[in-house]
Amino acid sequence: MNVENRLANKKRRSQKVAFGIFSFTSYSVVALLFVILAFIVVKGIGAISWEFISEMPKNGMTEGGIFPAIIGTLCLVLASMIFAFPVGVLAAIYMNEYVKQGWPKKIIKQMTNNLAGVPSIVFGLFGMSLFVNKLGFGDSILAGGLTLGLLVLPVIIRTTEEALKAVDDTFRQASLALGASKWETTSKIVFPIAFPNIITGMILSIGRVSGETAPILFTVAAYFLPKLPTSIFDQAMALPYHLYVISTSGTNIEASRSMAYGTALILIIIVLISNLLANALRKYYGKKVKMN
Amino acid sequence: MSSVVLLKIKHTDLKTNFKQIKEKIIESILMLSSAATSITVVLIVFFLFIEGAGVFNKKPVDKGFLLAVHDSNQVKKLEPSQIKDVFDQKITNWKELGGKDQAIVLFRTSDITDYYTEEELGENFEYFPDKINELIAKTPGIIAFFSDKYKNKDFKGRELDIDKISVYEFLSGEEWFPTAEPVAQMGVKPLIYGTLWVSFGAIVLALPIGLFAAIYLSEIAKKRTRNLLKPLIELLAGIPSVVYGFFGLVIIVPLIQDIFNLPVGETALAGSVVLAIMALPTIITISEDAMRNTPRAMKEASLALGASHWQTIYKVVIPYSASGITAGAILGIGRAIGETMAVLMVTGNAAVIPHTFLAPVRTIPATIAAELGEAANGGLHYEALFALGCILFIITFGINMLVEMVTNRQSHKKH
Repeated sequence: MNVENRLANKKRRSQKVAFGIFSFTSYSVVALLFVILAFIVVKGIGAISWEFISEMPKNGMTEGGIFPAIIGTLCLVLASMIFAFPVGVLAAIYMNEYVKQGWPKKIIKQMTNNLAGVPSIVFGLFGMSLFVNKLGFGDSILAGGLTLGLLVLPVIIRTTEEALKAVDDTFRQASLALGASKWETTSKIVFPIAFPNIITGMILSIGRVSGETAPILFTVAAYFLPKLPTSIFDQAMALPYHLYVISTSGTNIEASRSMAYGTALILIIIVLISNLLANALRKYYGKKVKMN
Repeated sequence: MSSVVLLKIKHTDLKTNFKQIKEKIIESILMLSSAATSITVVLIVFFLFIEGAGVFNKKPVDKGFLLAVHDSNQVKKLEPSQIKDVFDQKITNWKELGGKDQAIVLFRTSDITDYYTEEELGENFEYFPDKINELIAKTPGIIAFFSDKYKNKDFKGRELDIDKISVYEFLSGEEWFPTAEPVAQMGVKPLIYGTLWVSFGAIVLALPIGLFAAIYLSEIAKKRTRNLLKPLIELLAGIPSVVYGFFGLVIIVPLIQDIFNLPVGETALAGSVVLAIMALPTIITISEDAMRNTPRAMKEASLALGASHWQTIYKVVIPYSASGITAGAILGIGRAIGETMAVLMVTGNAAVIPHTFLAPVRTIPATIAAELGEAANGGLHYEALFALGCILFIITFGINMLVEMVTNRQSHKKH
């Protein structure tokens, strides 16, 4: 009896210790997130002002604002989405609505996975070689946007596929039974239902695109360019590259630290907003669909 | 009457025909879109390898320059590394290179004034070619490096043949000086080592933490806690790598410098720590998913047999989800190997084979990012960086395949 008790005690104690460690590490990971966020918010909030987001950089990028970088990132996001969103959504529709299981689907799936695993710097090399040099776009928003578009293509395909899969099959069957064609069913029934979730995926990939640095290093990013791009063949500054430049190789690293904190904060804000927005959308429409 | 019916039938026929054609067109557009990713992968492979292969087809001397020796010299051909040793004066006698017992006399264009006065060279260096020719002809032990526009028509020396860089040399060379003169040194071993050190350091740090957190989230935490924590952990994955790099630069690097009392904090360790933070969400999400896939019946059977919750976790849940956890770890390594900006900003970028975690290292992606901007388009250096991209691509491709295999094994087990 005594031995049994002691064994049970030991068991309980080891469980307690193990669970303690597990919960501690989980909360530590979350705490780490808050440390990073808090650090950048606290240090960066002082740098942020109307001037900071609306003016050109001055004095070797130690003063002034980051307006051209914000606009540049905006242009890149737009350019990449104009390309990647339709292609990605159409691809996902084909994969989910049109092809049955079989080797073509397997190959496309495998290739999409492989593309998702390609390191971002390799996208940069590829973009430079194909868009900048071969096709002669030069360092331009077009080249950078296409490179970034290819980078997020797998993300958009994957999220769209998830969204389409979540649409109940009875919708499709009902539509087809009424004599609608495949495309009519897809475009008028399935797509509208899945749309909110598809948009969620797009918002998340916007967050991704605006933070990527390596693919734009050699395809679009300008070190310092105190004017706004006027066409898609112009170079542009971009927020992540700007942060990299002023924190490692600016003319005066110490003097531009507060600019760097401010830029990091703006980047974080973009990512946070896109994540929160995506989550909120998902929740809102998730409820709505269930209620109907 | 019948003709009206016929017309009607024809009309509907046309309509359905038109509809069918439209459907077909749409389907082919969709198909084309879905081929986009495959085409991209193929194009990436094509362009990377075409550009990268160039490095093995060129002599590692800048275009327009040549190396020349005295006509009587028996040495016909040298490897790039030998030339570097010669110009670094590590090799000082032709005997070591298979020639006569004769001291090596180095000559670079700028050394000309040691031999001739400015008057002798002419006001606009118009006698320069003659003088170089003369110098080479009268110095048996010379090895001269100069631009081929100074090469005379009646050149009396002999141009030295230089070996192209071989794939083996590229992979096993221990020195990375792509812009070195007279010959570029393209050994990627230090870069490969640097990449592996930093990545494995990251995984050693991140794996236990990630695993513990995954166990907590999937098996122990209440649903509400889980729903609160998981999005936060996923948020970690959304922070741009350049922000991680910046955070590492201003927090982790100085911290490491202080703790270990180092002259510089930019070390492999700093890279590993930053990468570990970045790999955590991948590891946690994937292994948590795998653990949650453990059939309820298995867990309940274990509990019914009197096992404690903890025993059930490490005797049932973890073994069952082992392949999923492995997949998460491998994918985490893949992320770490390919990560560019954060590593570039915190590891110090010294291209030497590391012997300790507390020394600066340089990874393959960081090298590409740091050097491609300065490399001339289509030049040797440019091509070498593309060859590095090929190596990176092959590694990450292999890792993806490995993950695929591991997860396939798991799904087979389920059925």
